[in-house]
Amino acid sequence: MADLRVTIAGVEFDNPLIAASGTFGFGREYMEFYPLSTLGGISCKGITLKERAGNPPPRIAETPSGMLNAVGLQNPGVDHFIQEDLPWLKTQGTKVIANIAGNTPEEYCEMAEKLSGTDVDMIELNISCPNVKQGGVQFGTTCAGVSDITAQVRKHCTKPLMVKLSPNVADIAEIAAAAEASGADAISMINTLTGMRIDIHTRRPIIRNNTGGLSGPAILPVAVRMVWQAANRVKIPIVGMGGVSRWEDAVELMLAGASAIQIGTAFFSNPYAPIEILDGVAKYLEQNQFASVTELTGKVQAW
Amino acid sequence: MKYEVKQCRILQKQELAKGIFSFVVDAGALAQKAKPGQFANILVPGKTLRRPISICDMDAQKQTLRFVLEIRGEGTQILAGFEPGQDMDLLAPLGNGFDVGDCNRKALFVGGGIGVPPLLHPAKLFGQHATVALGFRSQEAAILIDDFQQAGCNVLIATDDGSLGHHGLVTEYFGQVQPDVIFACGPMPMLKAVSEFAEQKGIPCQVSLEERMACGIGACLGCACKVYRPTEDGGMSETYGHVCKDGPVFDSRKVIF
Ligand SMILES: Cc1cc2nc3c(=O)[nH]c(=O)nc-3n(C[C@H](O)[C@H](O)[C@H](O)COP(=O)(O)OP(=O)(O)OC[C@H]3O[C@@H](n4cnc5c(N)ncnc54)[C@H](O)[C@@H]3O)c2cc1C
Ligand SMILES: Cc1cc2nc3c(=O)[nH]c(=O)nc-3n(C[C@H](O)[C@H](O)[C@H](O)COP(=O)(O)O)c2cc1C
Ligand code: FES
Repeated sequence: MADLRVTIAGVEFDNPLIAASGTFGFGREYMEFYPLSTLGGISCKGITLKERAGNPPPRIAETPSGMLNAVGLQNPGVDHFIQEDLPWLKTQGTKVIANIAGNTPEEYCEMAEKLSGTDVDMIELNISCPNVKQGGVQFGTTCAGVSDITAQVRKHCTKPLMVKLSPNVADIAEIAAAAEASGADAISMINTLTGMRIDIHTRRPIIRNNTGGLSGPAILPVAVRMVWQAANRVKIPIVGMGGVSRWEDAVELMLAGASAIQIGTAFFSNPYAPIEILDGVAKYLEQNQFASVTELTGKVQAW
Repeated sequence: MKYEVKQCRILQKQELAKGIFSFVVDAGALAQKAKPGQFANILVPGKTLRRPISICDMDAQKQTLRFVLEIRGEGTQILAGFEPGQDMDLLAPLGNGFDVGDCNRKALFVGGGIGVPPLLHPAKLFGQHATVALGFRSQEAAILIDDFQQAGCNVLIATDDGSLGHHGLVTEYFGQVQPDVIFACGPMPMLKAVSEFAEQKGIPCQVSLEERMACGIGACLGCACKVYRPTEDGGMSETYGHVCKDGPVFDSRKVIF
């Protein structure tokens, strides 16, 4: 059987499938289906310095082949995460990634410092949440913003640092390059695309926040394109995500340039998605005589 | 396992009213695990999200679950097209369910429209101790009345257009009843009125809420509803709970309408 291990920024994952932030909580709910060690890693629900209540409902709307969400970073705060969730997660045999969001650079730095003192495996800088007024996206949509926040956090972060990019930008390769130049060890992409749905009978947006983040199969081709563009520009590894629900999608994103894959929305219809995807990827590797899953990364032969 | 994904063979299908279908499925051990008021998140082929549907009734011996669903949009339209012999993919049992307690107490069940189905099984447990007040748009939309009557419940009906029972709201029956406990499911204005009545009379009341869901198990935090939570200093603060995990059944005093 082909080797499924991947190493991202010095962290070795048993396999390239990681749960995407915000879709998997802190893992407890999915323990009912399989051991969390089934996954190479878990990116935890986005956390902030202080507890956040999140946005008023409705927070969810379905879309053609996808969904919108505007949860608004509801979370118990970084201290609670460190005390209650992290110790437990660290006993589950999977790599743990803390996803952090802040209102100000100082907040990001304070969280990075706190988490650097724990045994969390990696920090994912969420500068791309479209659903809160100050959810970091203001740092994530310009090169100057990305450079500045990445460089500042870097000074306070002794853990491997992964910067999560927003797709709501004009030139994703520029943004990726800015993150790399400012000290990111890896990039994860893509976060959700800002979208909107309106109930034609009430003439109200379905989501109380008016707009929400689009995820699910609908965004897969955008993710493939953006990962490809970024991979052509930067040397640091890219963790790809956006609409992966079948093993073919995972292979596609890796061929585009991803070194590992996060899956999110797919959990909602199929909690067993990671098992099925891993199975399929392993078979594909064997059939195509790849010895290691790492050989897929960037193997697309573009025209 | 608290909940699981299971392919359940459809044994029976019946159209109860225009666009409202009853399904009985072979659920195996799920039927023993399920509690009244819990729900299933049902896979809709081709859709990104499952659809939450209440468990209407269950038979632990026959290992069956019953669901009643109304066509409201594309997802329920597809589910309504399922036929006996096909499998439904259920993620169940989800949520907390009703805390039924002593079934010799006098219970009032209040249901509105498609909020009626989850009341059937708990009302059966109370049998003749149950008064069941049901509100529908019209006679054509009325469902499950026979089922409640066969269980020995005292059934009171109200319709918006007066085509069946009382012409008006179910809440207008409340003057006639003095229950020890209330269970309610239906539209928010109805639940609010029921909760206010319970509050005034000091009767414990459990309400079952609806919200749009993704995961159905408490992971995505999508299905928020505003509730009170106790603070450290003994007071109350407002927060968002989650219908799929903390509910769908809430103590009416905890819900912020
Ligand atoms: C705990 C719970 C129990 C329920 N029990 C029943 C039941 O026993 N019988 C029944 O007929 N209906 C029930 N519903 C409502 C049912 O889930 C919706 O009518 C259904 O999801 C609509 O899907 P659709 O694709 O037909 O409509 P669309 O409007 O096309 O759906 C679009 C999206 O919005 C969601 N949505 C729309 N309306 C609702 C709603 N009222 N509640 C939650 N999500 C909604 C859908 O799930 C879907 O994700 C219940 C809802 C909840 C939350
Ligand atoms: C309900 C929900 C909540 C999310 N919360 C977060 C979050 O807290 N932090 C974050 O960085 N991304 C969050 N995301 C984005 C996902 O991590 C992921 O980037 C996106 O959904 C695309 O992947 P998918 O199509 O596989 O879901 C959330 C997505 C969803 C659907
Ligand atoms: S639907 Fe995901 S938390 Fe309730």
